Amino acid sequence: MPRTSGKPTPSPALEVDGLSARYGEAQALREVTLHVAQGELVTLVGRNGAGKTTLLRCVMGLHRESSGSIRLNGREISGLAAHERARAGLGYVPDDRGIFATLAVEENLTLPPIVANTRWPLARIYETFPVLRERRAHAGTKLSGGEQQMLSIARALRTGAGVLLLDEPTEGLAPVLVQRVAAMLQEAKREGTTVLLVEQNLRFATTVADRHYLLAQGQIVEALANQEVIARESELLRHLGV
Amino acid sequence: MEYVALQLFNGLVNGAFYALLSLGLAVIFGVLRVVNFAHGALYMLGAFAAYLLLQDFGVGFWVALIVAPIGIGIAGMVLERLLIRRLYGLDPLYNFLLTFGLTLMIQDGVRLRYGLQGQPYPAPAELAGSVSAGLVAYPTYRLFVIAFSIVVCVAVWYVIERTRLGMIVRAATERPELTRALGINVDRWVTPVFGFGVALAALGGVLAAPMRNVSPLMGSELIIFAFAVVVIGGMGSIAGAVVAGFLVGVLASLAAIFNPALENVIAFALMAVVLLVRPAGLFGSLEARS
Repeated sequence: MPRTSGKPTPSPALEVDGLSARYGEAQALREVTLHVAQGELVTLVGRNGAGKTTLLRCVMGLHRESSGSIRLNGREISGLAAHERARAGLGYVPDDRGIFATLAVEENLTLPPIVANTRWPLARIYETFPVLRERRAHAGTKLSGGEQQMLSIARALRTGAGVLLLDEPTEGLAPVLVQRVAAMLQEAKREGTTVLLVEQNLRFATTVADRHYLLAQGQIVEALANQEVIARESELLRHLGV
Repeated sequence: MEYVALQLFNGLVNGAFYALLSLGLAVIFGVLRVVNFAHGALYMLGAFAAYLLLQDFGVGFWVALIVAPIGIGIAGMVLERLLIRRLYGLDPLYNFLLTFGLTLMIQDGVRLRYGLQGQPYPAPAELAGSVSAGLVAYPTYRLFVIAFSIVVCVAVWYVIERTRLGMIVRAATERPELTRALGINVDRWVTPVFGFGVALAALGGVLAAPMRNVSPLMGSELIIFAFAVVVIGGMGSIAGAVVAGFLVGVLASLAAIFNPALENVIAFALMAVVLLVRPAGLFGSLEARS
């Protein structure tokens, strides 16, 4: 059984209960249960192949071979199609950033419909990332990797989604850009956004997160408070094979 | 020299039909991931609809140009709902079997009723005669076909590139799953997109009626070239379909000047070269297809 962190948590924005997933014969997730409280930033850490991306895809409704319960702000969403989940308030930043080559930068930003009162209208995004304004008519994939990552996160923020699912947003980014992503997530968190973050970079995870789940072979093996992760960093890094 | 100019115009006319058919195929393939082998038969139905409107109801070309594509487009939407829908997520072989089977059924259905022989269809009186430009005279109706199809292609391009609907179509073409995850109900657009692609084929058929005899097999010859054009332009690429359509039409007609046998070969030679040099097609990107 996963250990829980001591702090009592406010009402969960995202609750995953008994989630299992398969890829044909292979079991990718086994009875995963986790929750993310309103306004909390929680990371999922684990080796490659532990099932982190599959977990986010299941929550988003992109993986069909799955079972279990997923609740968003108390509402069961496991029966909903992906687009309905997005409209219910889930924002998704996929592991490959998910920038469309056939859409201009601004089109990439405005493709997803606004689902709630947004604190990130286009004007604020452009103010924060002037490069996106400069390149707004260029193809999305003409941006650098880091700029594409900012675009992907900004796109999710713009919709006003209350819960963001981010899949390794720091992967392949230069340290200065990693800091930029961290600042962006902290700002979103201050504004009340709930975040479930898949992360390999433990240092980054501990700078932004409240809590962590350690995933191994499709199961949650530990739930860790941030201080625990900092204290056990070298042990955890060995486990992650970094 | 006059012959070259004439062939150039003939090439543009052929290219106009390739472009209209390939455009419909590209839009359908992009959003549905279905290769619609029935496209040629639906083009033929467009021509037949124009013919029947005139024979049975006395409705002329201009009305048919609007009514036939809308009617056949709606029939296409019904087809998608009843049959094409069942293909999603299946092996592409079923795609081939179903749409090719539909082609045979539509063609034979028309043949059963009207026979194999082509039926003549008059060009509208306003476009009778020919226009002389310097050394050559060219049929007015054919010039209209070139101009009209360019207008249609530009209009489609505008919708795809400049409107929110087009943005959704592009996104769904590139990455359907991600588009859904971003809150777009892609499925809602599937039936209208199929109907629209079919309407473009039918529009091509109406335009062809005054130039070619209206016959059950008129689409089967054209569709082979349209597929070559789609591959040359890049599967699912809108601009690619249009540019490659006119390119193939013009190159084939110009090649025929040297040797008439080349006319039918050039599209496939070009397709082979493009597949070797740029496997994703002139305007396609491999990235966008994965």
